[in-house]
Amino acid sequence: MRFMLRRVAHAAFLIFGASILTFLFASLAPGDYFDEMRLNTQIAPETISALRARYQLDRPLPLRYLRWIDSVIQGDLGYSFSYNSPVRPLLWVRARNTFFLTLVATLLSWGLALPIGVRSAEYLGRFPDSLISWTMAALLVIPELSLALGLLLFAARSGWFPTGEMVSVDFSSLSLVHKLQDLVLHMTLPVLALVLTALPLLVRHVRAAIADVLDAPFMLAARGHGIPRHRLLYRYALPAAANPLISLFGFSIGALLSGSLLVEVVMGWPGLGPLLVEAILSRDLYLVIGGVLLSTLFLVIGNLIADLLLYWTDPRIHADLVAK
Amino acid sequence: MSSEFMQPLIRVESVSKYYRHRRILSSGHIVHALNGVSLSIAPRSTLALVGESGSGKSTLALCLACLERPSSGKIWFGGRDIATLAENQMRAVRPQIQLIFQDPASSLNPRFTAFEIVTEPLVLQRRWKGRQTREQGFALLERVGLSAEMASRRVGEFSGGQKQRLAIARALSLEPKILILDEALSALDCSAQARITNLLLELQSSFALTYLFITHDLAMAAHIADEIAVMNRGRIVERGDPQKLLDSPEHEATRRLVAATPQSIITSRMLGA
Repeated sequence: MRFMLRRVAHAAFLIFGASILTFLFASLAPGDYFDEMRLNTQIAPETISALRARYQLDRPLPLRYLRWIDSVIQGDLGYSFSYNSPVRPLLWVRARNTFFLTLVATLLSWGLALPIGVRSAEYLGRFPDSLISWTMAALLVIPELSLALGLLLFAARSGWFPTGEMVSVDFSSLSLVHKLQDLVLHMTLPVLALVLTALPLLVRHVRAAIADVLDAPFMLAARGHGIPRHRLLYRYALPAAANPLISLFGFSIGALLSGSLLVEVVMGWPGLGPLLVEAILSRDLYLVIGGVLLSTLFLVIGNLIADLLLYWTDPRIHADLVAK
Repeated sequence: MSSEFMQPLIRVESVSKYYRHRRILSSGHIVHALNGVSLSIAPRSTLALVGESGSGKSTLALCLACLERPSSGKIWFGGRDIATLAENQMRAVRPQIQLIFQDPASSLNPRFTAFEIVTEPLVLQRRWKGRQTREQGFALLERVGLSAEMASRRVGEFSGGQKQRLAIARALSLEPKILILDEALSALDCSAQARITNLLLELQSSFALTYLFITHDLAMAAHIADEIAVMNRGRIVERGDPQKLLDSPEHEATRRLVAATPQSIITSRMLGA
């Protein structure tokens, strides 16, 4: 329990630190939302300075930060200039979509990486492993962007998959089964792009971790007891190899999340990605900060989950903490 | 106890094992780990297998325990040639021939408690159910000199000697006919060595066990074994009564081993035996 509290406190501190840095860097960038208005001769300079004063962009940085923190506590997360609305409702829908995409991609890539990696380690250096290793190496060298574009091209040429958005226009009029079908069709390409980019790294780590354990004498001893192959691999080798993999799990959430921002932009998935790009280009300060912070939050929570999983699955960490 | 007049429990006939070292471009070279080894062990006896490191002792142990398949040759056990069995049939034979390794710290699953380690083979083999498994588990721990309150401890909390006791208890849980001790005492200090040796001798008489005792320590071999076989470069080069082997070694490899063992230790161990 104390371990958990310490971890949660650690995560909260991390997010607080990230908020300061994000705010600082976003504010240090030259120019702001209203700079573009100056080019427009029809708007009087007095109007622009009045607007800047209204949004308090003329105040010193620490004061603006405090104001922003106040708005975070109230749940608004600041104010978007271009949407003319508090940031939270804007982010909320988008974040939900990104979270959904990342979650499915995470589950699917681990669901594939574990059996593939275990099989690869079992046949280390022989037939299935050599094929798997070459395939993964090939996937690893293809940049995420070209992969996503290639998939888009495939969708456009074949017409089998929709190329963009999350649901069809007539989504609300569909029956439940068709709704699900529609959603799955729209998700297939973005998820595929994410999974294919994440897979090589995961498979290689699983393979290495399992291969390490398979050589251990206790595995030999377990084989000597006549324990079946499948149980040996998944009940003995996998738990013994789990620790680095669970840490990798936390990391993979972050990797998939940052990957999803790019894939969303390319594939037109209505998540945080396109919103952030738009916000950055128009220097919509608080929207950028909110989006970045939300991504940080996902990442930190992912790592927190990994830490707790580690604590929960490894009896040795329990024992260590009790001893201390 | 002489093996000539008894039906051997396990008989190895000219077993060879090659390993191919593969390279990316060349076809690599072949390593002959075992080169036509023949030996037999009488029931309830102890055969010590001595030799320098790299002489093929451990490979032979793995072949006997059905964990490696020989490249050629036969291993007769229970009226069958176990060297050529299919994988799932091999799995059925494995419990009868148990291995104990040099380093108990790595041969025991670090995530299991002592009790789980001892009973896991039983549960998996579905020999017993629930309460019987519990009783059997505690009985095994007690048999090797570990108390009941140690049952819930994990591997890391045991000393080297206790870990090796645990490994022995685990091996015994499947009621094996043969116990292969691959340098099982080498990682222990002297007093633990002596206590485990006594335990092994005691277990041998109460469970009617047959031991294959693999070691590089000739004095230890002479103390525990009925017979000693000397291995060198994948072959058995000399075999015989411990006393005779020590007094008049014939092969060069044996002479080297005898020369490497201080005379005083040999005499004291022999007197002890």
